Parts: sequence; structure tokens; C-alpha cells
Amino acid sequence: MYIIVVGGGKVGYYLTKTLVHEGYEVLLIEKNPAKCEIYTERFGAVVMNGDGAEASTLAAAGAGRADVVISVTGHDEDNLVICQLARHRFKVKRTIARVNNPKNEELFRRLGVDVTVNPTSVILSLIEQQIPDRHFVHLLALRHAKLAVVEASVAPESSICGRTVADIRLPNETSLIAILRGSDVIIPTGQTQFLAGDEIIAITRRESEEQLRDLLVTD
Amino acid sequence: MDGTLVNVVIVGCGRVGARIAATLDQAGHRVSVVDINSASFRRLPQDFAGKAIVGTGIDEDVLKSADIEDADAFFAVTNGDNTNIMTAQIAQTVFEIPTVVARIYDPVREDTYRRMGIHTVCPTTTIASLMLSAIQGNN
Repeated sequence: MYIIVVGGGKVGYYLTKTLVHEGYEVLLIEKNPAKCEIYTERFGAVVMNGDGAEASTLAAAGAGRADVVISVTGHDEDNLVICQLARHRFKVKRTIARVNNPKNEELFRRLGVDVTVNPTSVILSLIEQQIPDRHFVHLLALRHAKLAVVEASVAPESSICGRTVADIRLPNETSLIAILRGSDVIIPTGQTQFLAGDEIIAITRRESEEQLRDLLVTD
Repeated sequence: MDGTLVNVVIVGCGRVGARIAATLDQAGHRVSVVDINSASFRRLPQDFAGKAIVGTGIDEDVLKSADIEDADAFFAVTNGDNTNIMTAQIAQTVFEIPTVVARIYDPVREDTYRRMGIHTVCPTTTIASLMLSAIQGNN
């Protein structure tokens, strides 16, 4: 597998280092010639000096035969253009962009970037999972189907305490996957009763997330 | 423009952006100009009646404060090709502005995005061919 990494900041540096170590064929494209020299000393001949948003640079890098192009510069506009050029001019099958402004994740997907990685969102979601009094946590977004996997804890004052699954009205297209009760994992049926302290794992449409939160947590 | 007044957003207040802004403003159109550097607005005429917004054109919130939601036309004329490409795509896909024009200096990038359906202007090829036509005219 041939992987082109664009942007030799900290992310690009460690990414290249790891990929080389794992035996992939990697090329790192970096604008700053001084950085290129240092990296070449460390990684060997896998560093190229140039602007990854220039088609000539991508052509010289052999983008036409690359399986993946990963753009991890600190500028969203550069990462977008590099991925789009890779896709449209060089027919690269998979493009991955670092997104610095969380608001751009959705935009990049609409504009054809396959995968976006947003350090801000990653750190935020880690914080959410770590904060004990958060009652509703977004665990995973499944982007193709616009689905989300969420975890909610049933508070003692919640109106669903003591009611059964069949008793409550879940938002449209929402399924309960599991209820974690102490060390037990319960696969819920209509007769399963909710108890205070239950951890509910559910899958839902992203637009129904708020409604589900209201039902399970704040009602 | 057939005499009707339009709402226009311009991203980039360099020589070109400021000139487009001043021309449209004088003709009575509603103009908003966005630039990351407030000093760029010195290029606008004293009597400029439009909005001048400090911020980056690749941020939807900045564009909203420039009234992009009511815009009929959008010009991306910063000095960065990639910024122009991204802001133009935001205007086109997110805000569905009917007329979106982006300046792209790099002819290869210009060609790529023109094929992808963006209305582009490439100063490099345009100016080069004007220069060349001056010699050809002498022959």
C-alpha cells in the first residue's frame, strides 16, 4: 500500500514515522526545505519538498498510484484542496483530511473527503466520556447512515424508572442495544424494566439524539 | 445585472476585491466585504456604504455575519487559491448562492475546479494571453 502524507508538522511527522515503522510505502510532502532535510536524516528517502496543493508536486510524488492521501497541515483550506485534487485529478481512492475547525467536518464530507480527523472533537468526546456526571454521552457517529451510538445513565428522578421498554415511546428509528446494570449486560426486550443507575446503550438517528436525551435523562 | 439591485458578498479586500466592492456599492447594490485584516478596508472608498467584516471567509459564522444567506452573488478574491476554493464551495454547497466566482492563480487548480462546476477566473492564463496578444498584434 502506498500512502502519501502532506504536511510535516507534529501530526505528519509522527504519522510518517509510525507508517514507515509499520512497513508501509510512505512519502511525506513538506513545504519547508529545512524540515525536509532533518526528516530525511531520520526516516531516509521518504520526504519530498514541495507544496502538496500543487498538482505538479502530487504528480512528482506519484499520486496516480497512491492508495491513500492523508492531508494533515494546520490549514483546513489546504487540507480540503489537497484531498480534492488527489481525488479528482489523480483518482486516489481514499482521502483523509485533518480538520482543525470542528465545524468543517460535515462540509468536508459533503465535498467528497472520505474521512476527517478532528483533534478538537476527539479530545472533547474523550472529556465527555470521562466526566462522571454526564448522563448522556455520544459514543460513536456512523456517518454514512447519519446514525449515532449513545450511552445514557438513568437518573433516580427520571420518569422512565420502573417503566418497561414497551411502556416508553422511543424517538423514531431508535433501538436500545443493551442495558448495563452493575456487572450484568441485559439485551432489552419489551418487558425489561428500567432501574435507576442503568446505563443504556442505544443507536439512533443523529437528529433524534436530543429527543432521546430528553426521554432518558431529563424527563 | 439588468438594473435590479443585488446583494453581494466579497471575500478578500485586496485591490480586486475593493474595486468590485466600490463599483457595486456606487451602483447602489448591497455589498459586504470580508477580510482577515482590518487594515485592508483602507482600500474601500470613504463613502462606502456596505458592510466590512473582519474574519476568515472559510468560517460559516463569519459569512453569515456578512449576510451571505441573502446574497445573490459571491466573489472569492483573497490572495490564497485554497482559501478562495474553499470559501467558494461553502457559498455554493452550504448557502446555495446562485452566482459564485473564485479567483484561482494556479492554472491546474483552476482547471480542476472549473471541471467540478465552479465558476473560476484564472489571472495567470488571462494576463499571459493578453500579454502575448500584444506581441501577436505587432506582427
